[in-house]
Amino acid sequence: MRDVAVVAFAQTVHTGHDAGPAEPELLLPVIDEVKRATGLKRFGFTCSGSCDYLAGAPFSFVSALDAVGAWPPISESHVEMDGAFALYEAWVRLQHGDIDTALVYGFGKSSMSDIREIMTLQLDPYYLAPLGLDQVSYAALQAAAVNADRAALDEIVRRSRAGGRANPYALDLPDPAGEEFEVEPLRPYDVAPVTDGAAAVVLAAGDRARELAGRPAWITGIAHRAEPHYLGMRDLARSVSTAEAGRAAGVGKGPVDVAELHTQFSHEEPILREALGLSADVMVNPSGGPLAANPVMATGLIRIGEAARRILDGSADRAVAHATSGPCLQQNLVAVLDQSL
Amino acid sequence: MPSEEPLVAAHVLEFPGGYTRTTGPVIGRFLTELRDRRLVGVRTAGGRVLVPPLEYDPDTGEPVTEEYVEVGPAGTVQAWAWVGSPRPGHPLDRPFAWALIRLDGADTALVHAVDAGSRKALRPGLRVRPRWRAATSGHITDIECFLPEVASLVAPVRAEYRVTPGRALTRFLEGVRDGRFVGGRCGECAAVYVPYRVSCPACGSVIEEEVEVADTGTVTTFAINNLPDPRAPEVPFVSAYVLLDGADTPMIALIGGVPAHEVRQGMRVRAVWLPPEERTLSMANVKWFEPTGEPDADLDESAGGAR
Ligand SMILES: [Zn+2]
Repeated sequence: MRDVAVVAFAQTVHTGHDAGPAEPELLLPVIDEVKRATGLKRFGFTCSGSCDYLAGAPFSFVSALDAVGAWPPISESHVEMDGAFALYEAWVRLQHGDIDTALVYGFGKSSMSDIREIMTLQLDPYYLAPLGLDQVSYAALQAAAVNADRAALDEIVRRSRAGGRANPYALDLPDPAGEEFEVEPLRPYDVAPVTDGAAAVVLAAGDRARELAGRPAWITGIAHRAEPHYLGMRDLARSVSTAEAGRAAGVGKGPVDVAELHTQFSHEEPILREALGLSADVMVNPSGGPLAANPVMATGLIRIGEAARRILDGSADRAVAHATSGPCLQQNLVAVLDQSL
Repeated sequence: MPSEEPLVAAHVLEFPGGYTRTTGPVIGRFLTELRDRRLVGVRTAGGRVLVPPLEYDPDTGEPVTEEYVEVGPAGTVQAWAWVGSPRPGHPLDRPFAWALIRLDGADTALVHAVDAGSRKALRPGLRVRPRWRAATSGHITDIECFLPEVASLVAPVRAEYRVTPGRALTRFLEGVRDGRFVGGRCGECAAVYVPYRVSCPACGSVIEEEVEVADTGTVTTFAINNLPDPRAPEVPFVSAYVLLDGADTPMIALIGGVPAHEVRQGMRVRAVWLPPEERTLSMANVKWFEPTGEPDADLDESAGGAR
């Protein structure tokens, strides 16, 4: 296995509304930032994550390549998923041994449409999508299956939003308040906010990583697993795939200083904590996490970036990052980042 | 000159006439049976019944068998989420629940809507049955929604009576009509019972002596009622036991003219009577008891005569 590290990370100052830029325009500053941070002008491989249904246009990732500079032709790929899964592809590509650097980015503007309806389109077209089951509704079914303590969920939101207010890139959201339900048992503040934004990460292998960063965030384990898509085929109160991915990535092989979890709904945090075996003293989502900024298709990549940033800046020695895709935590990616190999 | 606000255009993504998909044999079998208002699952090699059917066993990834099993139509709700404000794409235009429903005979749960009327009707284990659309076409929405099974009914009860108060109560009510409280003193025990009664509940003697007691008394105990009652002036109201001066047994009465939270044991009260011309043979002649303003009575002393 080749040693690969995160050597640079950048994200936009996310907004809760459409501030005007097109997606390549959102991306350009973050790609410039990681180029400046590493001094790299070209990368051995480029991989992106985005979703055409968010933009309402086919092949929307192609226009985003304008922000990369694709001539002369570059080695490039795209996943119709969060950028975290693009990072996994780039990590696999780096394992081939013939290139040393990779650029990964993810972007999305969920302000352009109704994300609750858009996410219905990712459901299976036979049994679920025709029912009009929307994103908050299926999340609420999972929250009901978890039957989490209301006060504990409120505390998760309160802590996440406070983290977000301290994070210059996240949204400035008030403490949770109000007794109304969005879809019971979820209250409006249990749901990640509509967010526009983008993020970029640079991966480098071996000595190249040591040249590009003083304290590279080595990826000592990375894995992803999937569960059945259909909600009724699984125990929604648990995340078996996160537990398996966490085991494969070696989460339990050492102490965890900080975990960045892709929690788009407050009840997902206790599910993921349990699946990853994180003890109560592990700091979760100090950045505020998705409950403070959820640029769909970049949110998971930001979890890896935020976890890596804490290794790069010396504030943590070992961190866990998690990203998800699909309804009710169907697919889960877990990465362990370490200051040493 | 650039404007402050970004330019915005409306944009619709749509497949006119819908997007045609083939179902394959497994999902197709389920939808075909559904059109005939039957629910089927498919058996896995391990023996589990998947509803709705998948082509593979989610536990093992192995193909499922070709054995289809009729399930339901009734099932059990495992988890639900309550939609208070339905959205345009939702199956019902009134509040409803999304639910995971394990159909009888199935080992997995079907996701569908439950039209329960009220969220209070939902509980784990709720038994539900499908409501079918008038015309079925082989689509998951051939089931319009699920409805709770009939597990209770409301039976109206009403009977009419002519009641008479009896001799003792009549005597008491005649006193109340005249603005006085009539009690009876037991010749054996010397206890004064209010309201008036014809026999002593303690010793069984016939009560011969009628006595009038005061319309002032002491609150011995009370309750604050938060449910409306046609006989009470407002909510919350206080019902109390009042030990009338000269009586040995307390009488139940309303307390008024004082905030409910200020009523206390030992409070001295006086009856507020309707004007004489409005009085009938009824306890309604006493509007309520209200505080006299006297110092509180010591209940241990005032209860001295009570048995
Ligand atoms: Zn007696």
